[in-house]
Amino acid sequence: MYRVTLPALGFFEAWRDAARRLLTHAVPPDQVEWGRGEDASLFPADPLPDADGPHAVTTTKEFLSLARTALCHTGTEAPTLLYQALHRHQTNRRALSNPADPIARKLSVLQKSVRRDIHKMHAFVRFRELPTEGNRRSFGAWFEPDHHILETGTPFFAKRFADMDWMIATPQGVARFEDGTHTFHPPAARPDLPEDASEALWGTYFANIFNPARLHLQAMRSEMPLKYWKNLPETDLIPGMLADAEARVEKMRAAMPTEVPAHAERILSRLPQPKVADLPQCMEDARTAAMHCKRCGLCEAATQTVWGRGYAQADLMIVGEQPGDGEDLAGKPFVGPAGKLLTELMDEAKVGDSWMTNAVKHFKFRPTGKRRMHQNPDRHEIDHCRWWLDLERRFVQPTLTVALGGSAAYALTGNDAPLKARRGQIETAHDDGAVLVTWHPSYILRLDGSAAATARAELLDDLAAAAEVIRSDQGSSHPVTAALGA
Amino acid sequence: MRKTLSDKLAILADAAKYDASCASSGTTRRDSRNGGIGSAGGSGICHAYTPDGRCISLLKILMTNFCIYDCAYCINRVSSGVERARFTPEEVVTLTLEFYRRNYIEGLFLSSGIIKSPDDTMADITRIARMLREDHGFKGYIHLKTIPEASQELIDEAGRYADRLSVNIELPKDDSTRTLAPQKRPETIRAAMASVRLKQQASKERSHTGKRAPKFAPAGQSTQMIVGADGSNDKAILTTSSRLYTGYKLRRVYYSAFSPIPDSSAMLPLIKPPLVREHRLYQADWLLRFYGFDVDEITDVAPSGNLDLDIDPKLAWALAHRGQFPVDVNGAGRNVLLRVPGFGTKTVNRILTARRSGALRYADLLRIGARMGMAKSFVTTPDWSPGGLTDSANLRARFAPAPEQLSLF
Repeated sequence: MYRVTLPALGFFEAWRDAARRLLTHAVPPDQVEWGRGEDASLFPADPLPDADGPHAVTTTKEFLSLARTALCHTGTEAPTLLYQALHRHQTNRRALSNPADPIARKLSVLQKSVRRDIHKMHAFVRFRELPTEGNRRSFGAWFEPDHHILETGTPFFAKRFADMDWMIATPQGVARFEDGTHTFHPPAARPDLPEDASEALWGTYFANIFNPARLHLQAMRSEMPLKYWKNLPETDLIPGMLADAEARVEKMRAAMPTEVPAHAERILSRLPQPKVADLPQCMEDARTAAMHCKRCGLCEAATQTVWGRGYAQADLMIVGEQPGDGEDLAGKPFVGPAGKLLTELMDEAKVGDSWMTNAVKHFKFRPTGKRRMHQNPDRHEIDHCRWWLDLERRFVQPTLTVALGGSAAYALTGNDAPLKARRGQIETAHDDGAVLVTWHPSYILRLDGSAAATARAELLDDLAAAAEVIRSDQGSSHPVTAALGA
Repeated sequence: MRKTLSDKLAILADAAKYDASCASSGTTRRDSRNGGIGSAGGSGICHAYTPDGRCISLLKILMTNFCIYDCAYCINRVSSGVERARFTPEEVVTLTLEFYRRNYIEGLFLSSGIIKSPDDTMADITRIARMLREDHGFKGYIHLKTIPEASQELIDEAGRYADRLSVNIELPKDDSTRTLAPQKRPETIRAAMASVRLKQQASKERSHTGKRAPKFAPAGQSTQMIVGADGSNDKAILTTSSRLYTGYKLRRVYYSAFSPIPDSSAMLPLIKPPLVREHRLYQADWLLRFYGFDVDEITDVAPSGNLDLDIDPKLAWALAHRGQFPVDVNGAGRNVLLRVPGFGTKTVNRILTARRSGALRYADLLRIGARMGMAKSFVTTPDWSPGGLTDSANLRARFAPAPEQLSLF
C-alpha cells in the first residue's frame, strides 16, 4: 500500500510526479491512497519507489488539463479517480474520450464544478484600493472560493491587471502580484481593507441599472449564489431595491403621461424633414423618392432601394432583374458576381457609357440557414416597380435598352414569353423605345461547360451589337432596327 | 444645482437599462502584459446580477439622455418629462477605468440620446472610445451603439475602437417603426447594419501583399427588438430576426419585453412585461441558429403564429410532428438528434462521440446529461422503447404546467 499526501500549493505537480512514478511500476489503483494536506491515515504506508520502474507511461494533453482542474476540487475523490483513469489509459486508450464512461463522466462533473468556481472568482473578486508610496497603484481583495483554485484562478488577474499591484487573499492562501511578479503565499488572517469611494458609485450604478418591472429573483440567485454575497458590497442594496420595486412599478402605471415639455415641439419642428416629390422632376429627386418606396412588400425585407447607376445622359440603358445579396448590402447595382461578369463582357464588347439599373429595385429573398436565397420577383412586383423604371427611362431617354433576362424583358415590353426564341431580337417597349433582349449574366453563372460558353458568347455578341447600334446612331440618324439588320 | 457624478450616474444608468444587450464574449484575445490595462477574449464574465435576473457585465450607460427624437417606447424621447443629464467624456473614461480596476465590469457599453445631430453624437461616442483605447491603453471590452444616420467615416472609426457595434431595430415591422418612432427610418437602420457587415467582411480579407486589414468590431454586431409594444406576432418577430441574421451576420438579436417606463407615452400599453414570451422567443432564436429549424417550422405549430407559452418551442414542434418520432439514438444523424426534445447541442455532441465506443443505453444517456424525463417519449435505445407514449393523447399534459382553475371572484 502506497500513500501520497498532496500539498496545499503545487498539488498538481505533486500528483503528476507521484502518479508517473507509480505507473512506471504499474501499481494498481487499489494499492494507492491519496490524501491532502495533514490528512493522517490510520494505516502505515510504504514510501514511494525511489526511481522509475520499467513501464512506459503515456498520457494526453487533454487529460493533463483535466487533471489540473479536477485536482482543485475540495472533495477527496479527484486524485483517486484521476489515477484510476490514467492507469486504465495505459491499456485502453479510448475509454477516456467516451462521454458515457463512468470515470470520465465523474471527472467531468468535478471539472465543471471547479471551472464554475474559477469563473465565479473572476466575476466576484472585488478590489479595494490600498494606500501606496510607489508609482504603481495597489489593490486588495478577500475572496472565499469553494475549491482550491488560488493557483489556477489568479493568473487571469495577472494578465488583466498587469499595470497595478494586487493581492487576493483567500482562506487557502494569498496570491500577490507586485511589479509584474506573481507569487503565492500560505494563508494569512483576513486583511482589513480600507474604504473605497468608488464602491459607493458602483452601488449607485447597481441600484439604477435594475428594472423593477421585471423581478426574477431565481435567476439572480442561481447565477449569484447567496454564499458569495458576504463579499459583494452591492448585495447590501438588494433588500431595499426589492422592497421598493412593487411600489415603483405601481407608480409608473398609475401616473398619467405628464405634460409634454414646451421645448419638445420646437426641437421636433427643427429636425430636417425629408422632402419627397409626388412626381420627381429629375433623376436625383427620383432616387431620393425611391429610397422610401413602399409600393410592394419587398421593402420590408430588403435592406434598401438599389437605384440605377452610370451616366444619366447615356444613349444606352441596361436593365437587369433585381439586386442580389451583394447589391442589397452595398446599395449599388451590379456589384455582385453577375455584375462583375457583366462588366467584364461590357469591356470586352467595348460598350461605352450606359445607365445600368434593375427592373425591381429591392432584393427579394428567402432566409435559409445562414444565407439569403435569391427569389425571382413576381409579375405584381415588377409591375409596381415599373413606376421607377419608367421614370428612369424618361430622364435617360435611351436610344437602345438592353434587357438582361426574362424579368427585365417583361418589365420593358410586357411580354413574358420564354427568352430562348427572343434573344438577340429587338422588341418594342411600352414607351415605344427599342429593346434588345438577351441573357442575364447570372444565367451564364448557373450553366456549366459548353452551355455556359455558348451563352457567354451570345451575351457578348448582343452587347457588341448594342454598342454598334449606339455608335452608328451617334454617327448618323439611322433608325436602330436598320443598323441591326433586323 | 450642479449634478454630481453620482447624480449623473444614477440618471444615465437608469436611462440605459432598457437595452438588454450585455455580452462581453467573442472578441479578440488580448491582455495587458505588454502594457495598458485590461484583457478580453474568450467567454464573457457576468460580474453581478440585479434582482431582475439580468447580469451586469459592462458599465451600461448613456453619454446623455437628452434626445431630439420622439420614439414612443423610449424613456428618453424628447416629449418625456424625465430628468436629463450629460456626462463629459472624461467622466465616462474615469468611471470605466475605476470600475474596471476594481473588477466590477468587463468594459463599457456606451449609448446615447441624439443631441444636436446624429453626426455630433456619433463623434462624441467615438471620442470616448478613442480616449480609452489610445490615451489609457484600455484592452477591455467596448460596445458602442451606432447611430444609423451618422456618416460612414464616423462608423468606420467607431468600429476600429469597439469590439461590438449595435444598431437597435427596436420594432419587428417597418410600419410600427414609422408610427412609434417617426424620426427613424427602418431602411436607414438596415443600411447601417449592412455597412457594418461589409466593413467586417473587408477587414477579414488580406491585401495582395498578404497584409491583414485593421480589425473592425471583432465581436460583431447585435441588435434589439422590443416585444409587446406593437401588435406583431412571434412569427413576424422571428422572420425579422432570421432576415437580420442571414443578411447582416448579426451575432445576436436581443428580445426585450416591453416594460412600463416612467412617464410613458399614451400610445403604448402599460402592461406587465411579457417575460415568458420573451423567454420563448429566445428559445426559438436558438432553434433557428443552432438546431437547423426554419422560422415557419417553429411558428406554424399554432395558427396564431405565436409560440406556445406553456411549453418550449422545440417540444411544441415535436408534439405536432410525432410521426417523425421515436428516433433511434444509436442510428440517427446529428440533424435528427438535434430535434429531440431534451437533447441540447452538447448532449448531441456527446452522443455522437460516445457512439464510437459502442451502442448507448438508457443509463448512458442519463450519464451524458440528456434530459430523459422529456426525451424518453421521443427516443429508442436497445433497452428502451417509448411504446405508445409517443402517440399518447396526454403527452402534452405531462410537460405543460397543470391547468389552473379560474377564479370566480
